[in-house]
Amino acid sequence: MLDDFMVRATLAGVLVALAAAPLGCFVVWRRMAYFGDATAHAAILGVALALLMNISIFAGVLMVALLMAGGVSMLSGRGVAMDTLLGVAAHSALAVGLVAVSFLSGVRIDLNAYLFGDILAVGRSDLWVIGGGAALVLALLGWRWSSLLMATMSRELAYASGIDPRREQLILTLALAMVVAVALKVVGVLLITALLIIPAAAARPFCRTPEAMAIGATGVALTAVTGGLKTAYLMDTPTGPTMVTLAAVLFLLATLISQGGRLAQRLTARA
Amino acid sequence: MLPMELAPTTPDEVLVSVSHLSVRFGGEFVLENIDLTLYRHQVLTLIGPNGSGKSTLVKTLIGAVKPAAGSVRVGAGLRIGYVPQRLHLDPTLPMTVKRFINLPHRQDPAAVERALDEAGAGHLLQATMSHLSGGQFQRVLLARALLTRPDILILDEATQGLDQRGTAEFYRRIEAVRQSYGCAVLMVSHDLNVVMRTADHVVCLNRTLCCEGKPERVASSPDYQALFGEMLADDQGANPLALYRHHHEERANAG
Repeated sequence: MLDDFMVRATLAGVLVALAAAPLGCFVVWRRMAYFGDATAHAAILGVALALLMNISIFAGVLMVALLMAGGVSMLSGRGVAMDTLLGVAAHSALAVGLVAVSFLSGVRIDLNAYLFGDILAVGRSDLWVIGGGAALVLALLGWRWSSLLMATMSRELAYASGIDPRREQLILTLALAMVVAVALKVVGVLLITALLIIPAAAARPFCRTPEAMAIGATGVALTAVTGGLKTAYLMDTPTGPTMVTLAAVLFLLATLISQGGRLAQRLTARA
Repeated sequence: MLPMELAPTTPDEVLVSVSHLSVRFGGEFVLENIDLTLYRHQVLTLIGPNGSGKSTLVKTLIGAVKPAAGSVRVGAGLRIGYVPQRLHLDPTLPMTVKRFINLPHRQDPAAVERALDEAGAGHLLQATMSHLSGGQFQRVLLARALLTRPDILILDEATQGLDQRGTAEFYRRIEAVRQSYGCAVLMVSHDLNVVMRTADHVVCLNRTLCCEGKPERVASSPDYQALFGEMLADDQGANPLALYRHHHEERANAG
């Protein structure tokens, strides 16, 4: 069964969606979208380093993503303007990474595959790595869920409940770096943040609790990934961008439905 | 030997003792050489101008800020209930009162109901946090603090943003809670008028400890008048401490 490239691609997409969706909720709640971008863009630098040092791409990306996420989260809360800092970090990481890749003469690399993903080329060993990474992220989030929520709502309330919010921030940083490393092959560095935040944003209007939102986001992400894969196959479009396009369509629908519902409520209330 | 709950509490039992505490943010001292003692059943009010370090002191007590020097000692096994200054909830985070109350640990539903009732938020269990009014929000925060069955209730400007009636109502509730839980209360407040009536002990901060004592003593202290005189003359036309000291009841265990 795993011999079929479509089956491998579907599995890879599903595994990444399962990890990215709940983590994406935290990215949205904590306003870390730019933080996600910085970490994801640093991945291209990781690719260059991995090729240069002849280690696995996964290891190289994970390392650089961890360094970037850790570095940025250490700088946060030190009075630096976060928005600007992250903008600088995100775009410089991408630029430096692209320059570094161009230095690798003799290595023939398909830059598009790293920028936009190459899910159809996922091999058996890739699947194990993606599966392991996704399982680790889900385990981390499941283990720390309540503490992460507490730290997200209020630093002080977290401390008063015996939770160290810095530790929870570290857990999220770790999970984010891991998701970047496993999603690289699926959607590429430029669209990883999209896969994190769009499903969460689409699920938001229909949920009353954080858990419901995580489940809803997972549903949206799974639909976008599997539907996008099929659409891309039928229409011969690039897979990663097609998945994200489908997610964006779902977000648009969700927004229209929730706004429409609110409008209808107001009209019936008036009548 | 009596079980713990039945053991008579000594009138001067110390719950929290802060000694020579200094806190620094980026090289600058925001608190310097603070000494403070909180006794069981005491109502201690922290006052001081904006930026005087009141909130920082509270954050140090709950462990959210690390001292640069000195120590904060909380008696072993004592539970602290903490009601923060208004909580900002990100609109993207869906949260019901029920879910919030059960964070980070699931609570016994009967205990939740009781705590919400005592905080005056009994009907709000199923409500969405973002739909609550300022007063309702503070009552939910109070209920959450009560669930820890606190020995010490810490309030950090808990009535900020409430109107005068809401503020008075909130403090009446705190007083009722203090009676039924037998807890000490440490609060930061700007509401000089309302709070002084209930305080046993007032600590006036201005980065360093400006003065402390019973409300009437603090009110007549020249340091206090130097710090607040202008503000009081502008706002109230009279010194609220002077106005209210007559209503103040002496408590046996006031520090």
